Amino acid sequence: MPFELFVALRFLREGKAQTALILGGTTIGVAVIIFLSALIGGLQATLIDQTLSAQAHVILKRPDRVARVVTPADGAAVVARLEKTPEREKSIEQWQALLGEIRATPGVVAATPTAAGSAFASRGELSRSVALRGLDRQSFDQVIKLVPRITVGAFRVDGTEAVIGTVLAHDLGVEVGDKLRITTPQGRGDVFTVSGIFDVGNKDVNQRWVLVSLRQAQTLLDLAGGITTIEVKVDEVFAAEGVAQELGALTGLTAESWMKLNQQLLTGLQAQSSSSVMIQVFVVIAVALGIASVLGVSVIQKSREIGILKATGTSTGTVLRIFLIEGAIVGVAGSLLGGLIGAGLSTFFAHAVKNPYGESLFPIDLTPRLFLTASAVALVTGLLSAWYPARHAARLDPAQVIRGG
Amino acid sequence: MADPVVELRGVVKEYGDVIRTRVLHGLDLRVEAGEFTALIGPSGSGKSTLLNLIGLLDRPTEGKLFIAGQEIGLLDDDGLTACRGRSIGFVFQFHHLLPEFSAIENVMIPMMALHGRQDPSMRECAGTLLGQVGLGRFLDQRATLLSGGQQQRVAIARALAMAPRLVLADEPTGNLDTASADEIFTLLRTFNEKAGVTFLIVTHDPRLAARCDRIVELVDGRIVADRPNQARRT
Ligand SMILES: Nc1ncnc2c1ncn2[C@@H]1O[C@H](COP(=O)(O)OP(=O)(O)O)[C@@H](O)[C@H]1O
Ligand SMILES: [Mg+2]
Repeated sequence: MPFELFVALRFLREGKAQTALILGGTTIGVAVIIFLSALIGGLQATLIDQTLSAQAHVILKRPDRVARVVTPADGAAVVARLEKTPEREKSIEQWQALLGEIRATPGVVAATPTAAGSAFASRGELSRSVALRGLDRQSFDQVIKLVPRITVGAFRVDGTEAVIGTVLAHDLGVEVGDKLRITTPQGRGDVFTVSGIFDVGNKDVNQRWVLVSLRQAQTLLDLAGGITTIEVKVDEVFAAEGVAQELGALTGLTAESWMKLNQQLLTGLQAQSSSSVMIQVFVVIAVALGIASVLGVSVIQKSREIGILKATGTSTGTVLRIFLIEGAIVGVAGSLLGGLIGAGLSTFFAHAVKNPYGESLFPIDLTPRLFLTASAVALVTGLLSAWYPARHAARLDPAQVIRGG
Repeated sequence: MADPVVELRGVVKEYGDVIRTRVLHGLDLRVEAGEFTALIGPSGSGKSTLLNLIGLLDRPTEGKLFIAGQEIGLLDDDGLTACRGRSIGFVFQFHHLLPEFSAIENVMIPMMALHGRQDPSMRECAGTLLGQVGLGRFLDQRATLLSGGQQQRVAIARALAMAPRLVLADEPTGNLDTASADEIFTLLRTFNEKAGVTFLIVTHDPRLAARCDRIVELVDGRIVADRPNQARRT
């Protein structure tokens, strides 16, 4: 065993109370960092998950038509009038070819065509304004995971089957198997059978979405085989904005990422991350000051021993290393213990706090990287905070110390 | 003729940055190999200061100091530490053992410090030395659990651990009872006679000074007497 390590270990073992103190401080520090990071990471993952439960990462649609200026014949007054674009003109043509190109773009996992437009859903006297979405069941599944969100019935949109949200079902008083009439502003209409009811945890979606087959929607919305949007899933959720820009340039369509559509959420998450980092920085500073002051006291208490070591052939560099190693050992041991405690605490929370679906509200995010980061921070903190006391020890003048008796 | 173990030429030591007090006033001294010398003098006369200079724990303000022919003014701090580790052993008045370590570990410290690690031969060597100072049964005893006399024996074994040419002892029997002091002194004398180790011993005790070969007397930082001790009583 290297001499420095031998002495450092012995000093730590013999300085029981002090060692316990700094080890305890470091352990708590690391545990707090791990717990906080896991919690916030998990919380954010849940929020993003929830946001993306009924939303594609990137949505492509035809660019809005430029506002038409209609000049009245007499020319006395110029009245600008924005005309609502008819569904027909929102339609994306040649979409099969575009879909192929989009799917071949790096970063894209899946893409699905959607024919969407507004409609009315009615049953008896009751009627509601809804968002009719015609979808291709197979590719839709790859983009949005709706199956686990189906609470009653099944996710089936064959023929004249429709899937609706819980709020709409409640508003219209329909259940699985009941009939529903859908009419569109285009003057078309048909009767659908409710095959399934979903709950995506988003009131607006639960209230407005009516999912039918692509073909049915195309007919009802008078799209003549066209679609209105292409919805895309990317492999890295936070790369969505980049992929969106690329797809926009590639297809000439307007591409919007979920990040753009949820800027407020992202700003909130960012603020949360920053404050979590701030807390962690202060924890690290507190731990560093703790280690530095306790080691500092122990160096002063050990002045005599350090003098003896130096008088009996221990070099200045060796003395420096002895105390740096003490700091490093405390850092490493603290990160092991703190890692265990932090992981235990996080796991406990994850199991203890669940939402109504039985899913954990804190699906904690305990990655190996988190442990590595925390350990590295603890090690560096141990070394840095040992630096000042160690230098003080190394500079002690053995002649002075020994003279003191 | 071989180089003296210690040679001082006009060594001056001053303390203080602002108000400088001169503690040693230009000392000249030679200590030859194998000598067993007593350094005596009133309290505050500079004995410990001189011993610390010779022991390379401190540097002279002026003048030159040679250890075994090597001018130490030319060495940097690590050079001093290495030279001290290899050629000089220390015995202090307050024995100064490391309380965290056992007797044998205390003896091994200088060896480990020099080589930067532990190895079994060190334990063997330290065990032999402790046997020679009569502590063969206390190898693994915590240093602080030994009696004063026993601790000073451990300190002597530690001073001899690196087989130094020179051992410096600053009032090694200063806080021991007469019987223990006599035993310690006898032990030092044995190592001097059997192993040819050179000793320079600071003592207040005229009885013990009388047992040395040579007596150097320091008063107010000057050597006022340096005489062979013909009437040596052993
Ligand atoms: N570090 C120091 N700073 C200032 N004065 C010192 C220092 N060390 C020793 N002295 C002074 O030097 C003188 C000699 O001290 P010392 O060598 O310990 O004497 P002795 O060992 O003979 O009793 C004393 O007056 C002491 O006060
Ligand atoms: Mg003294």
